[in-house]
Amino acid sequence: MSFLAFNLLEPWPEPFRLFLYLAGVMAFVGANAAYLVWVERKGAARFQRRPGPTEVGPAGLLQPIADAIKLMSKQVHVPPDSDRILFRLAPVMVMSPGLMCLATIPFSDTIGARNLDLGLVMVFAFGSINVMAIMLGGWASRNKYAIISSARIVSQNVAYEIPMLLVVITMLMITGTTNLHTIVEQQAGGFWHWNILKVWANPLMPVTFLIFFTCMLAETNRAPFDMAEAESELVAGAFTEYAGMGFGVFFMAEYANILVGCSLATVLFFGGWQSPIGVFSGVVWFLVKLYLLIFTVIWIRWTFPRTQFYRLLNLSWKILIPISLGTLMLTCVMLKIF
Amino acid sequence: MNEIPGTTFLLNVVFAVSLLATVGGAIIAVLSQRIIRGVCGLALCFIGLAGVYYFLHAPFLALMQILIYVGAVCITIIFAVMLAEPDEAVSDQSSASSKVWAALALIACVALGWGVASLALGGSWTVPAQPLANDGSLRAMGIALLTTYSMAFEVISLVLLVAVLGALAVAHGGRVRS
Repeated sequence: MSFLAFNLLEPWPEPFRLFLYLAGVMAFVGANAAYLVWVERKGAARFQRRPGPTEVGPAGLLQPIADAIKLMSKQVHVPPDSDRILFRLAPVMVMSPGLMCLATIPFSDTIGARNLDLGLVMVFAFGSINVMAIMLGGWASRNKYAIISSARIVSQNVAYEIPMLLVVITMLMITGTTNLHTIVEQQAGGFWHWNILKVWANPLMPVTFLIFFTCMLAETNRAPFDMAEAESELVAGAFTEYAGMGFGVFFMAEYANILVGCSLATVLFFGGWQSPIGVFSGVVWFLVKLYLLIFTVIWIRWTFPRTQFYRLLNLSWKILIPISLGTLMLTCVMLKIF
Repeated sequence: MNEIPGTTFLLNVVFAVSLLATVGGAIIAVLSQRIIRGVCGLALCFIGLAGVYYFLHAPFLALMQILIYVGAVCITIIFAVMLAEPDEAVSDQSSASSKVWAALALIACVALGWGVASLALGGSWTVPAQPLANDGSLRAMGIALLTTYSMAFEVISLVLLVAVLGALAVAHGGRVRS
């Protein structure tokens, strides 16, 4: 984490700090994308009682590097029927929201690229570009599997954006600010101050977190909601026609989005860098919470089978949206009374 | 704040990029043969417009522009395109009547653009003596929308109501026929 500690060097001129933040965020995303693949493969192997990658390096630790070299040395083939401009544009677009959103996530009191007043709004504004990028990639491929996958992605993301934003409005009413740094500062002093346990503001706070987490899984297209990729029915969904690093970039973006989603969950519900016992707060706690949440995401993927598409949409429109509207109303009432 | 040389130049470059994105995106949206590229041009135009808003000290408006117009409107348009037309759009030859309409539209647009530009360039801009109460922050915006401009806010919501009613009417008609 030392590369993000340049924030402490206050007298650095602004443009240099900007470039350092940029390099830091990109290195963080790159390292995480590479090694979360390793964690995912090892985790999947353990869940299925097999050893997972073991050959390249100790315990397969060099496997991501070998994979990256393999992907980069492959030809990036553009199918002749495709929309060439959009086909090449989609992998570039899909990486941008993850990188943009991490710029406003506070890793600790002093480590964070930009402390924006509108941090929460910014994460959702740029997060919405991700859907468009995957969809354009699928559409530009002009492949029937990719186009089916694109249509699924849109309906899935439109459905899950609504309960997610309703939950965020609930959190906004409780915290009263969109500044992520301030939201974490409000949760100082022990785990009973964390937003997930603020039952006096809303008795259904843990349920609110569950809705947020479910929506995050659906928005990042993770199993059991990975209807966009669905390799058993749609080959590889929107990424079917992508070869080499084009495919790799979509995978990196998926992990970057998981990273952003879990960071946001940590900041909003688990007190960010605040320690659970009230003392020794710091970046370590943020990372512990972040990686526990990411492990949960991987755990869920390899435990639950993929759902069916109509069930996925029913879950959002018939269950999650009514419940999140209910928690919103309940929070209104509780805030007005107490 | 350490001023380094060239900051103003960099800011101008960023401003020029957002202006270019706005105008270029709009031109792509209008001229593109494939409808999906047109929507992409529209998205580019919206993002450029968000950049212009940011330069006008309205960061909230800029982010909302991206969240609503790129994240919701463009995606809904693409979804509609996907439902309606699974194959390549046929580029039909422009007929004589469409050329006449295009000429009329061009004349109207030029007149409108010239009028607005001459107003902006020739009119006298009054600078308020003290800074406005609304500094573009979320709090100031909320207070302004729910007190001073609550009437406009409510009237705008009628537009959404009309859209919802229209959608319901269209959907109902489809259901009765089948």
